[in-house]
Formats: sequence, structure tokens, C-alpha cells
Amino acid sequence: MSRALLLRGAEVVDAAGRRRADVVVADGVVRAVGPDVAGAAPARARVLDASGCVLAPGLVDLHAHLRQPGAEESETVETGGRAAALGGYSAVVAMPNTDPPVDCAAVAREVLALGKRSPVEVAVAGAITVGRAGERLAPMGELAALGVRLFTDDGAGVQDGAVMRRALDYARGLGVTLAQHCEDARLAGQGAMHEGAWSSRLGLPGVPAAAEEAMVARDVALARLTGGRLHFLHLSTAGSVELVRRAKAEGLLVTAEVAPHHLVLTDAACAGYDPTFKVSPPLREDEDLVRLRAGLEDGTIDAIATDHAPHAPEAKDLPFDEAPPGMLGLETALAVALSVLGLERALACLSWRPAAIAGLAPRHGGPVAEGAEANLCVIDPSATWTVDPARLASRSRNTPYAGWTLTGRVRHTIVAGDAVVVDGELVR
Amino acid sequence: MTHLLSIADLGREGIEEVLRVAEAFAEVGSRPVRKVPTLRGRAIATLFFEDSTRTRLSFETAAKRLSADVLSFSAASSSVKKGESVRDTVETIEAMGMDALVVRHASAGVPVQVSRWVKRCKVVNGGDGWHEHPTQALLDCFTVCQARGAIGGLRVLVVGDVRHSRVARSQVLAYSALGASVTLVAPSSLLPPSLEGWPVEVADDLDAALPEADVVSLLRLQAERGSGAFVPSLREYTARYGLTARRAALLAPGALVTHPGPMIRGVEIASDVADLPQALVTRQVANGVAVRMAVLFLLLGGAM
Repeated sequence: MSRALLLRGAEVVDAAGRRRADVVVADGVVRAVGPDVAGAAPARARVLDASGCVLAPGLVDLHAHLRQPGAEESETVETGGRAAALGGYSAVVAMPNTDPPVDCAAVAREVLALGKRSPVEVAVAGAITVGRAGERLAPMGELAALGVRLFTDDGAGVQDGAVMRRALDYARGLGVTLAQHCEDARLAGQGAMHEGAWSSRLGLPGVPAAAEEAMVARDVALARLTGGRLHFLHLSTAGSVELVRRAKAEGLLVTAEVAPHHLVLTDAACAGYDPTFKVSPPLREDEDLVRLRAGLEDGTIDAIATDHAPHAPEAKDLPFDEAPPGMLGLETALAVALSVLGLERALACLSWRPAAIAGLAPRHGGPVAEGAEANLCVIDPSATWTVDPARLASRSRNTPYAGWTLTGRVRHTIVAGDAVVVDGELVR
Repeated sequence: MTHLLSIADLGREGIEEVLRVAEAFAEVGSRPVRKVPTLRGRAIATLFFEDSTRTRLSFETAAKRLSADVLSFSAASSSVKKGESVRDTVETIEAMGMDALVVRHASAGVPVQVSRWVKRCKVVNGGDGWHEHPTQALLDCFTVCQARGAIGGLRVLVVGDVRHSRVARSQVLAYSALGASVTLVAPSSLLPPSLEGWPVEVADDLDAALPEADVVSLLRLQAERGSGAFVPSLREYTARYGLTARRAALLAPGALVTHPGPMIRGVEIASDVADLPQALVTRQVANGVAVRMAVLFLLLGGAM
């Protein structure tokens, strides 16, 4: 049984609003919340200072590549979980593009079992198709029975419209959500970065915005046709935001996420041919960045999801067009979000909205109230820190923010009542 | 000069300096003993991760005429085939005591990456993907300068597969830095997706553009890189953009034709046009050695 906690001096921010309150945690749940509840704490409770801080529901990442099984040299469920805990997350959804992929119950069980040793809760997304090959449906029912709520072939989109339509029809009956990596593979071709002025100058093959938007448009039509529940992963273009805005206005069951890097970085970052800045979908243009931020502000985009994609240095240190896409995100997402959004909206996009999409609410992301499972984070919103790749908990180093000074840092993270991060350090 | 990765590293003054030094070295090629001791004791490696005949031979000839030691590396016969990375290859070769690396790679940007990996070597871009081929553009400018006296005010047409051409990207930067006006003439599918920031005009009609041109730079249709799929057929490409004998007759007197080679006779240039006196193809090759001597000298030897 974990030790009881008294979190003192914080301002609580959750979906119910903001208020000054202390929080008592015992036996995995919130025992008391209020301005004067210290008396409710058990005698031996550990006191965690939260003065000047914000106490919020733990963050929930819809999109983390934990690389296990298959690429343990770049990340494991445990190291990714440690990075997540330091980033303020109480739960992450592990993407299924592992080797072997999560397209059957055996692999899902393995990742879930590995997750038990992670400091944060690890939920698993399943593949839509067998081997993520885009042809035959994966056993979604078998996976759903294990608790899988999100299905995606992420890394690639389901190219065949008929397969995607069948998957949406089938998923509707199971009550699960399909998540699409929207990219028309033929239009994207061998593209290594965003197609535009920079790719033209640098002589790199580009991925046009249309490669993403064509599939968003197709899938909006399929959501309309099937009535299925569809989540758009890591949208990166102004045109995609507009397509989702219209789909939502129509009442379709669609949700969307954006990755932190698409809110602060553009294709100009690729000018030095540093593969750290190669990511899929690629970093786009200033106008896209502005429209993605606006999409978060007006609710068109529901969530910020990291697309945390670790790669070992030797895998990333290749010619730009040969290097694999992807960048780290779990330890920096909160600070990056706070640099572009107000506190409450940032937390909504990082915690309770993604928790609902992942099927993890209200255990995660739910209001900080008596009786609720204690999945919490304590954030010092004014603390500044400089990103040093060597000091990240991830097994990989491919952060695009090396040397950046960020504002907003996690002080404590509490998962199921356990303090897993205290004063910015992992407890285990 | 620290490295030569892009024409943009040189600017107008840097380009003019290379051309001046090349002028002095051009004479070496016509001596009975075609060698000067300038870089004796220096070591230069050519690292070609992509096949090339003329560029490699030209750099190696240039290095030898400067009395440098030359180490020749090609990916086809190396440990790259055993899975060694570009970075490890570069670090291994630098450790053998090289002073300069000439790097060619099929991927854009590799010479830029190599320049970050080396400790003290100078890096010369010998052609990277679709990005740049700076010494080719320099030798083109040198050759045109030789024939016309100066580049400023000339009207240059760059014709063909600009999209996939590293030569075109370097030419646009070099010719415009020297004060020429550059017009790209190509099927729109073979233009780069964006020309934002490019100091160029664009034309579609080669017949209309030719009489005004002082220099026509022809580019190869890179069929081996799939450029063929960007036009309906080679036949249609030649009909619209090939420098046929009929089109060559539209050229103003004194207008020059350049080609970086290898030429595909009958596609972008008719065989009899390639052999006309105003087609400077072989003179470009000869000048290539002098220009590369100048680049290696300026990188390794300091001022003249």
C-alpha cells in the first residue's frame, strides 16, 4: 500500500474550473479536496509542496511510440513510461506499429504486461489491419475484449478506401474508435519534408499538404457514410483543420489531435539537413502553424498528442532522405503547449479531452474530487528550464528542442495514488 | 572559404575570386609538364557515394595537377556495402589524415552533414541529390566568361528538368549573383514545386525565348530517376524542349550552348547541334579541371 499524500498550496485546475485547494490522497484515491483539508490527511502522510503550482488531472497522451517489442534500443515501455511521468502524464496510449505489430491479442497482452512495470498507466492501441498492411481487418473484437479502445495503422494511413469503410462499419458495432494517420502514400511518394519553398530550394523531395488533406476529406466522407467514430492523428495543415471544422459542424463523430512540434516548428527547421527535424507528417509552414493553433482555440482540434517517436542516434544520423521520421515529445509537450495556449486550454487539450478520446475518462482526466482515482500532476507554470538531450529519461536523444529554454515544468506526478515524480525527479 | 557546400557560400565576390584563380590555373593545362607544386604534401579524398565519371576524374586531375596526394573512394567497392554508415566512413577517412573531402551523394544535404561531422577537413560538394553541384556552375560561368568576357547583363536560359537538377540550382545562384538574368524553360511538371525566392523568370515556349538568349544551358532529362514519368514521352519532350537543328537556327549570333553532361543526344540536344562551335561542351570539361584546381587551392592553400 502506497503512502498517503498531502499536496499543499496548489491551485487546482480541472474541467470543473480553478480553485485554491489542498488535496489529500490515500489508498489510490483522492480523499479530500479543499482549502482546509490538512486535518483529513493520515498522520504519516507525505507532504508534497505545491505552492505556486497548478494541480491538475494527470496528462494523457493519445500517441506515444514506446517501440517495444522490436526496437528496444530506441525505447522501451518502461523508459517511455519514465519520460511520460516526468512530462506530467499519468497515462499514455502505446502505438501499435511495433515489431511485431499489435494486431493480435498476444502482442497486446505483452505490451499491457510490460506496462504494469511502467510508472504510468499504459493503454494499448491496436492495428486496424493485419500487419498494418492495409488489407485484412485485424481481430478488433479480440483486442477490444482486452480493453483496446483505439485502433490505428499509424505510421501509414489505410490507403484502400474500401478497407477503411469496412473497418469503420465493424468498429461501430464494437463501440471503438479508429484513428487515422492521414497520408495518401502515392501523393506523399518518397517525400522527406513538407513540399514548398524550402524543399524546392533544398532539393529534397516533398510531401504536399494535399497528401494529408486528400485522406482527411476521404475519411470525413466515410465517417458520414458509416456513422463510425473517427479520430484524426497529428493533423498538420491548415486545410485539414478546415475539413475537420466542417465535419464537426455537420455532427459527424470525428475528433482530432495535433502534435506539439506542429505548433512551434516549420519546414525552415530542415534548412541544415538535420534529420532531427524530419517527422511524419512533416513540419509545415507558418500559416499552417497559425491555423492549427486557432483550431485548438476554437475546439476544432480536441487534443495535443506527442507522437513521441524515439530513434537511436545511429538510426537517425543518416542522410536526410534516408533517416526515419520522428521526434521525442513526452518530456517537452506540456511546456511547448503552454508556450502557445493559456493554461486551462492547454490542460484540456493535454488531459481531459484526450482521456475521453482514449476511453480512459474519468479515471484519467476527470475532475479532482473526493473519491476519484488519484491520477494527478503538479505543474510549476513559471519554472524555466533548458532542454538538454543528454538529461532526458527517454532512451533516445532526438528532441527538436535541444538548447531551448522552456517555461513550465512538472514538479510532481501521481499515478493511481503513487507519487512517481517528486520535485521533478523520478522516485524509482 | 571554410567549405564549398553551396554557391550561396561564395557570394559574388567569392565566385569572382574562383574565376580569377581558375584563369591563372587554366594555363597549367597547356604546359608540357602539367603540374604545379602548390598543394604538395596535402591529401585530398574523393568520396563518391554515387557513380560519376567526369566529376570524379576532373577533381582527381585537378588535385594531381596541384601535386596533392589523392585518395579515391567509391561506395561500390567499399565497406558501405557491408553496412557502414556515411558518418563512420567519413570519420574513418578523415582519420587517415585528409585535408579535404570531395563528397558526392545521391541524397541532398550529405555534404552539409559531412561538414558538421569532420574535425578539420575542408568539404567540397561534388553534387548532392537534387540540391547543388557548385563546381559545375562555377565552370559553366568560367566558360561563358571566357567566351563572352563577362556574365553581367547576359540573358541565360536554363532548359529542361530543373526539378531534379542540382546543376540548375547552382547555376541559378551563380549566374544571378554575377548579374545575369535567368529564365527557366521547362514543362511545368519539371519545375520545382515552389520558386518562391528564386531570382528567375519562367517561360514555357522555347522557340519564343531562344532568339533573346545569350546562353542556353541544357539539362539532361534524368530518366534514371523517373523524370520520364513527368512528361508524356521523350518524343513529346524533345518536340517541345529539345534543342533541335531548327531551334538552333533561332539562336542569336554569338549565343552559347552549354551542357553539364552526360548528354543524351537526340533528346535534349540534337547530335549535330552538340557538335556546333557555339556548343561549349568539351571546353566546359577542360575548364572544369582549372576551376576545381582553383577551388581546392582556395580551400587549402589560402591566398594566391
